[in-house]
Amino acid sequence: MRFLFKTDYEDDIKLFPHSGYVFSYGLLLALLLIAPHVLSSYLMSQLVFVCIYATVGVGLLILTGFTGQASLGHAAFLAIGAYTAAYLQQFNVPFPVYFLAAGLLTGVVGALVGFPALRLQGIYLVIATISFAFIVEEILARWESVTHGNEGMRVKTLYFLGTAVPRDGPTFYYLCLAVLVLTIVGSLNLLRSPTGRAFVAIRDSETAARSMGINVSLYKVKSFAISAAITGFAGALFAHKLSFISPEMFTLQLSIEFIIVILIGGTFSLHGAVLGAIFLVMIDPFLTYLKDDMPGVIAGLAATLGAGQERAAHIQNSVAAFASANGLKGAIYGIIIVLFVLFEPLGLYGRWLKIKLFFQLFPLYKRATFKRQKIYVKSERNR
Amino acid sequence: MSYFRAENLSLHFGGLKAVDAVSFAVEKGEILSIIGPNGAGKSSIFNLISRIYPPTSGKIFFEDQDITEQPAYDIAKLGIARTFQNIELFENATVLSNLLVGRHRHSTTQLWQELLFLPSVRASEKVHRRRVEQVIEFLDLEPYRDKLISGLPYGVRKVIELARALCSEPKLILLDEPSSGLNVEETDDMSFWIRDMRSELGITVLMVEHDMTLVNRVSDRVIALNYGRVLAMGSPADVQQHPDVVAAYLGA
Repeated sequence: MRFLFKTDYEDDIKLFPHSGYVFSYGLLLALLLIAPHVLSSYLMSQLVFVCIYATVGVGLLILTGFTGQASLGHAAFLAIGAYTAAYLQQFNVPFPVYFLAAGLLTGVVGALVGFPALRLQGIYLVIATISFAFIVEEILARWESVTHGNEGMRVKTLYFLGTAVPRDGPTFYYLCLAVLVLTIVGSLNLLRSPTGRAFVAIRDSETAARSMGINVSLYKVKSFAISAAITGFAGALFAHKLSFISPEMFTLQLSIEFIIVILIGGTFSLHGAVLGAIFLVMIDPFLTYLKDDMPGVIAGLAATLGAGQERAAHIQNSVAAFASANGLKGAIYGIIIVLFVLFEPLGLYGRWLKIKLFFQLFPLYKRATFKRQKIYVKSERNR
Repeated sequence: MSYFRAENLSLHFGGLKAVDAVSFAVEKGEILSIIGPNGAGKSSIFNLISRIYPPTSGKIFFEDQDITEQPAYDIAKLGIARTFQNIELFENATVLSNLLVGRHRHSTTQLWQELLFLPSVRASEKVHRRRVEQVIEFLDLEPYRDKLISGLPYGVRKVIELARALCSEPKLILLDEPSSGLNVEETDDMSFWIRDMRSELGITVLMVEHDMTLVNRVSDRVIALNYGRVLAMGSPADVQQHPDVVAAYLGA
């Protein structure tokens, strides 16, 4: 086990507490950089989605994980970023300009959403953000002169510094990776500064935050704006990756997927956004595999257990009908959320920390270390 | 003019007069205690000063400035810090970041500078950190720097809340029952710290307290309240002898 001896205030400020972190994150970055030369094009495409989802996850974590303001409206922010990029691209605006515009415009919209949200808390805030998402979806469908309504918009190939960046090429992957890394570094910088601490203070006790001189309303709006801006940047990349966008892509289900990203990854650390994004993007091919192969496998099993030819075919058909039922995916997501909230509230990153601690302390690890305590002294009277 | 002054301060919840036309003044460098039975309106006065509730009527002056209409977050910027009766710490953050939030009123860095963590941000973070370290030393909190609040015992949390208030380098500090839930030894420590705050840091103290030993030991003056009204004001000994105060505590 490693003991850190801090000898300088710098030790509490720096991003990597010790050389072990530099080594492991360096190794991870190296692996990510050589990934396009090793992995299949399908996995590369999934990796790009991981980067985009993780970027949104980081944005959502700043708002929900660190400021404590729940949002089910992030699909709308993603849509605003995507449509801004698609719209400006029609007028041959260069990529860096419309990329920035997508982030900034979404940030402004985020701040505007933040104002009415100032008076709302908990479940009411969730409802307000859902309504915002529905409003945006409706506007996208109706404002045909700009968004082409339900016909959707085609997004042309990305041109950066005069060269084409095809959406399934390695350069586009590097671009998404760079955006993700810059987002993470920027967010970490924010979180170790007064602004980030003010966010955490608002999450844990608004009364105390106010009495320490934090302008709670201002910082909530800031948090909404930053979170939305990050999602807007991701939206511009999302539009390019899909090459076609239409309103029905940015539904409530997508917002719920983002919530899954942070809930499953872990809401107390930015690691959670990345782990959650990997989980969510990789569960999709897994579900497809189950849907395609499960009926056959079960029918085969039934046949070997002595069911007749006709009976096995019947089982195969009914399982297939069940697997392709509408809304099954949503149900599976719901079950996953419930299971994680019940049994792993700290998420995948929390589980990773527990495993790490187990090996560090071996054989002295105690399960009670992470047991949730009941706290009796908390008062919520002065909200 | 007094350093801090409340004039005819009232807080009514419908027909209930939680605070009823209370006037008092605090001189610079004084330790003033407010005592009274439960529900006398002591904490309500604090909540009026820190603007958690708007007063029904009356005015509050600090350093000859009318602060009755200031927003809550400005009160701390003026140099008035407070602690809470039931401890309002940031549970899921470390002790250090709790204390650094106390430095918030001194932070001058802009959002874009923080996003890039420019050298100016780094430098100001170190200044904050040094100030926090002085408070940690003052209150003997060295063992807890990196601990999460949610895992700490009540007595330590109480001290950390005091530390967070001190980190903002206040001119006036409002202590809401600093000794509640502390054992005899911890209460002793608390009384030393309260006196040191005045003598070493030059902070004026306004305190709500039930423990009369602590009140007698540290206060210059005492105000006794009951049913939102001032019963008596004066030296600790005088107030405890006052017939109205005796009646309020023991019954007529």
